[in-house]
Amino acid sequence: MFNIDILYFAWVRERIGKDSESIEHPGADATIAMLIGQMAERGGGYAEAFAEPDRIRAALDQVFVPLDAKLGNARELALFPPVTGG
Amino acid sequence: MSFVSITVGEADFDAAGLLTQLEALGGGAVASFTGIVRGGGGLAAMRLDHYPAMTEAQIGRIVADAEARWPLLGVVVIHRVGELHPGERIVFVGTASAHRAAALEACAFLIDWLKTSAPFWKKERFEDGRSEWVEARAEDDRARDKWNAD
Repeated sequence: MFNIDILYFAWVRERIGKDSESIEHPGADATIAMLIGQMAERGGGYAEAFAEPDRIRAALDQVFVPLDAKLGNARELALFPPVTGG
Repeated sequence: MSFVSITVGEADFDAAGLLTQLEALGGGAVASFTGIVRGGGGLAAMRLDHYPAMTEAQIGRIVADAEARWPLLGVVVIHRVGELHPGERIVFVGTASAHRAAALEACAFLIDWLKTSAPFWKKERFEDGRSEWVEARAEDDRARDKWNAD
C-alpha cells in the first residue's frame, strides 16, 4: 500500500518529539485505536503519548473522527489531545 | 448568499471595524463575542497552536451549521494563534441577522463550538517558569452539547 502521514499536536507532539512522520499504511480495515496501540509498543515517547488512549482525539484527512474509525484510504491522520481553543 | 469571513493568524484585530462591516449588511441586529486572555494565577503568556491544514475548513463547517440553524446575513470569525499575553484579544465572533434572537443565539452557538470543536491547543506559561497545556473542560463540552439537546 501507500504511506500515511501522521501529524502530532500539543503534548502528543512534545512527548513523541516530532510533529509528523510518514509510515506504511497499515491497511484500510485498521482502526486508529489499533494503530495507536501498535505505536505505543514502540516505547519511549510513544508509550508516554499514548499511555491513556481516552485522552487522544483524531482527525482523518482533516475531519474529526472517533478512535474506532477505520483508516480507509486516508492519507493523513492527526493525533492530539482534546482541543482548547476559544 | 450571506457574508462569511474566517481568519486564523497571529495578527490582532479591530473589533469596532468588524462590527461596522456587519452593521452594513442591512439587518436589524448585530451580536458579537470578544475573548480576552485572562490573567491572574501568575500567568505570563499563552501560546496557541493549531492544525493549519484543517483549522479554517473546520471553522467553515461550524459556520455552515450556524447558517443552517439561523437566518444570518453575515458571520465573522477571527481566531488568533501564536503567543498572547493577558489582556490581549484572542477570538472574535460576530453575527448579523434581521432580528436579535438569531444574531445572539448564533453568536453563542459559534463560540461554544469553536471552543470544543476547532483544532486549537493552548499552552500556558507562568512567571515562575512553569508551563502547561490547558486541559479541556467538561463544562465547555456541556455548553456545546446543549445545542443538540432539542
